[in-house]
Amino acid sequence: MPGDAPGGRIVVVGASLAGLRAAEALRDGGFTGELTLVGDEPDPPYDRPPLSKGVLLGRTRADACGLPSRRPLDARWKLGVPATGLDPLAKQVLLADGERLGFDRLLIATGTRARPWPDPGEAALDGMFTLRTSRDAERLAERLDAGPRRVLVIGAGFTGSEIASGCRERGLAVTVVERGRAPLIGALGGTVGAFATELQRAHGVDLRCGVTVTSLTGHDGRLTGAVLSDGERIDADIAVVALGAVRNTEWLAGTGLAAGPRGVACDAGCRVFDMYGIVTDDIFVAGDVARFPHPLYEYQLLALEHWGNAVAQAETAAHNMISRGPDRRPHLTVPAFWSSQFGLNIKSVGVPTFSDQVVIAQGSPGERRLVAVYGYRGRVTAAVTVNRAKWLEYYQHLIETAAPFPPDPGAADFDGSEPVPSDVPDPRVLSHGPTVYVTGHLPLLRPPSRRPGG
Amino acid sequence: MHVVVDLNRCQGYAQCVFLAPEVFELHGEEALMYSPEVPEDQREKVLRAVAACPVQAVFAGEQAGAGAG
Repeated sequence: MPGDAPGGRIVVVGASLAGLRAAEALRDGGFTGELTLVGDEPDPPYDRPPLSKGVLLGRTRADACGLPSRRPLDARWKLGVPATGLDPLAKQVLLADGERLGFDRLLIATGTRARPWPDPGEAALDGMFTLRTSRDAERLAERLDAGPRRVLVIGAGFTGSEIASGCRERGLAVTVVERGRAPLIGALGGTVGAFATELQRAHGVDLRCGVTVTSLTGHDGRLTGAVLSDGERIDADIAVVALGAVRNTEWLAGTGLAAGPRGVACDAGCRVFDMYGIVTDDIFVAGDVARFPHPLYEYQLLALEHWGNAVAQAETAAHNMISRGPDRRPHLTVPAFWSSQFGLNIKSVGVPTFSDQVVIAQGSPGERRLVAVYGYRGRVTAAVTVNRAKWLEYYQHLIETAAPFPPDPGAADFDGSEPVPSDVPDPRVLSHGPTVYVTGHLPLLRPPSRRPGG
Repeated sequence: MHVVVDLNRCQGYAQCVFLAPEVFELHGEEALMYSPEVPEDQREKVLRAVAACPVQAVFAGEQAGAGAG
């Protein structure tokens, strides 16, 4: 058991995956005091990954995605009540219903929300959707059941690509519009982006890259279609806006914490920084909303919108919240995520955007199974598998040990591919945000003089 | 009972699919799909799937925060 697990009051703001797992870890670690979970959604914690997969396909009900508990919590739940502010001096969280919750330790786990369509009038048209919450998925699945003539997906990141995949599996006509050069290119670079382009087209997606939706058209309040930047018009009765996520930090404005559009910055132990970069003693952060330094990536602050990071960081934050200084531990988990789309299992370990080269180390795009390994300045920094999940652990070991890039061509299904530039675009050119934000500039664009030892 | 699978850990061994096919299914060769809410008559099968997973990626338990909202 770490330190002298204290009593006192802990408030967890955010009642989704990170908040729940942190609360459980606090009790596991021996915390016996008052525990309160605050969530802006009315539902108890649920799992989001099935929403863009089984729920959209109509195989799972949106309200049947609750998360199993690992242990009894003995907690007070404030659900359907957003936190509206924080008084760090009085150590109180302000809630929308007027309650002020005092705390001795606070965990911020407010996550992200779907980035809305920028034009409020167009966003209000019947037929416009985003996909982030259980309610979003429920409404969208109902409309897909009704058999729309065409679904327009705006943004070809993971969420947009999974939505397009689900629609095609239902036999619906789909147009995907992406400002970048390829689907998934923001997170996985040009090689896998080219593979995703071919994959979508082979499954009958009307994929339009390098263009944007300049306006959405409606009639009697209902969406009828879109006009693209190349002048083309798309008729669609449903549009799903998949433009990435917005971090839920507005409630922290004016608190003096290092919280803003890129998230809430913290140290390696999940302790939140204030705006001067001074660490706070009693405020912690975990999950999608956190930005934390990672030693494998030159201590840049990373923000990860990953299921696995939410769990691991929540556990570390909880441990540190109830441990004395020397017993605290860093959050060092190697980033990892998955996506299933068009019948393929895509998995990633490391940070593919932190790269200058990529090589197909196993398999090939033509076989629809491959391992792409990413390197930065001669060391392995990431790997992506397509229907080759069993290999990922091996490449994770190469990342953790800073193994040389390109890796030795040891695999039987290596076809002699040469490394090519990883071709990670500037995130500003994408419709979809990258699901990993490496703070600062792209590695290739950073002046060498700013890289210690470089 | 509810179930969640750590799909970072999952490597597609598909033991759960054999043991509880009404809850777990493969989508293509190795992408796992599952229904988080487990029907009463599937509990035993799901518990066997939890035990059988070679990488221990399947977790089952009562729904977190049930009745809290």
